Amino acid sequence: MNTSLGNVLRYTLLIAVGLIMLYPLIWLIGASFKTNSEIFGNASILPENPTLDGYIKGWETSTPYTFGRFFWNSFLIILPKTIGTAISCALVAYGFARFDFPYKKILFGTVIATLLLPNVVTRIPQYILFRDLGWLDTFLPLWVPSALAGDAFFVFMLVQFLRAIPRDMEEAARVDGANSLQTLIFIVVPMLAPALISVCLFQFMWTMNDFLGPLIYISSVDKYPVSLALKLSIDTTESFEWNRILAMSVLTILPALIVFFLAQKHFIEGISTGGVKG
Amino acid sequence: MASVDLINLEKTYGGGFRAVHGINLNIADGEFMVLVGPSGCAKSTTLRMVAGLEEITGGEVRIGGKVVNSLSPGERSIAMVFQNYALYPHMKVRSNLAFGLKLAGVPKPEIRKAVDEVAAILEIEPLLDRLPKQLSGGQAQRVALGRALIKKPGVFLFDEPLSNLDAKLRASMRVRITELHKRLKTQGLSSTVLYVTHDQTEAMTMGDRICVMQGGHIMQVADPKTLYNRPANLFVAGFIGMPEMNLIDGRLDGDAFVLGDQRLPLDLSRLPRRPAQAVLGVRPQNLTPGATGLTGTLAHVEFMGHDVNLHVDIGPARMVATMPAADFDRLDRAGDRVTLTPDPSALHIFDKDSGDNLSL
Repeated sequence: MNTSLGNVLRYTLLIAVGLIMLYPLIWLIGASFKTNSEIFGNASILPENPTLDGYIKGWETSTPYTFGRFFWNSFLIILPKTIGTAISCALVAYGFARFDFPYKKILFGTVIATLLLPNVVTRIPQYILFRDLGWLDTFLPLWVPSALAGDAFFVFMLVQFLRAIPRDMEEAARVDGANSLQTLIFIVVPMLAPALISVCLFQFMWTMNDFLGPLIYISSVDKYPVSLALKLSIDTTESFEWNRILAMSVLTILPALIVFFLAQKHFIEGISTGGVKG
Repeated sequence: MASVDLINLEKTYGGGFRAVHGINLNIADGEFMVLVGPSGCAKSTTLRMVAGLEEITGGEVRIGGKVVNSLSPGERSIAMVFQNYALYPHMKVRSNLAFGLKLAGVPKPEIRKAVDEVAAILEIEPLLDRLPKQLSGGQAQRVALGRALIKKPGVFLFDEPLSNLDAKLRASMRVRITELHKRLKTQGLSSTVLYVTHDQTEAMTMGDRICVMQGGHIMQVADPKTLYNRPANLFVAGFIGMPEMNLIDGRLDGDAFVLGDQRLPLDLSRLPRRPAQAVLGVRPQNLTPGATGLTGTLAHVEFMGHDVNLHVDIGPARMVATMPAADFDRLDRAGDRVTLTPDPSALHIFDKDSGDNLSL
């Protein structure tokens, strides 16, 4: 009796808090189906007269391109960035976790130190570097650094994960005749998979949401990713069409949500380190 | 031909710690050599240097007469079985077995044939499509054994392969490995084995020869019988045998070993020298209750089934005598006086300072 009462209380509390946390998201989805006037006139979550107007007009945008173009641009940045991050960070983490080489401690310390460096500090030197390389208004500055293991956080995360995996399997592979690279590809990467999936998911979501990077480096509208395109619809029209902005916001968070739910199991496995059963 | 020779082999770690002190050991082609010793005696380090998993800091390892110091593990014609199996967790048993051959570029039909052959020998055919996590400890160890076997290596290296198994399984795996070794030998296949264990039962039952190690030094290399009957020093005497050999501190006086106020007459003519302080060694199985010998108080009787162990306090020393339980039908109880008569042919006199066995 007591336990069931306790359960009821517990779940009521959890649902209440959960609803409060989810409220903005639910409101966003509801409001995207409302008319512009209803958004400010009616506080309820459900629209009185549901309309797809926001989605249709929002998709067309006020530019010569549809929103699909901006999704494609985002995809062109995210794909090489995510794949490059997974490959390069796995290589670097493998090196730090499993090999001894001169100045390893100092080098690893440097990698970790860049974690503590505020992003803004490097913005201007980076901008000048990419300008001199002639990379402005291209996608290159947005993904090349990450594809060269530029994200210390991911390197650190993979190193920690690798340290928890016993070396026996790799030694067995070496006895079986595998070289270091074969050991990495055939043995380490499969064991590292949960962590690598987390890395890819983080990179995917952060890139999808990145606003400052594209804002600095991309100047042509036809190269805008969705994060910039959303802001675009606020800038260019005299009176903001809020339902269009909200509708496009819903579309924008959709890929991240879908990917997250598809990979949720591996994602949680990856961030709660430990990995291999002894 | 795949003999293994360790020549002045040394291992010094970065911090200056010297784990292996220039050891020399020759393992003949087809020989089953067991490295045994307490934990921390560097037996595993030695094995890993032979495997190429640990850097050699001094001396040489030769396999089949060829110096392999700078070769990678894959080039040394070795296969290794690890204590915790080290099966590749994401591959099915079949792929685990095939991995080495696949890397070597062996054609697929041949790999399939080799896998089936090894699976038949080890009776793991029903397991071929399972993942390692779906195997029991004994099954996993057989797969690990198969992974070594399939490579047809010159030398098999075993690193405490049975330590993670329960006692019953360990006993049956012991027999299986020994029989497998014999089978390879009769088929004329290379079957040199270097087997590391801390379990003296494994060492005694499996090895053609046993190398007893302590603190990075070799204490004695000999066949099991010699090791048991003629231990070269105090360490080997104490390490080999269950229950342990009785090692009693005392001194030599005239033709007797003196312990407290008791004298045990001995033939000391064959001793090469007289140590200042002597240790008398006698195995519990070589002591019988009798009229003459060392007398003490029975402290405790252990009933082992077939045998009994008598724990007898003689002065400051505790001696253990083992005898068939059938011979011990007297109702000797704790507190009784007992005289233990040693078998004179099975007595050892050690020099306490150097540890050497002087009676060999």
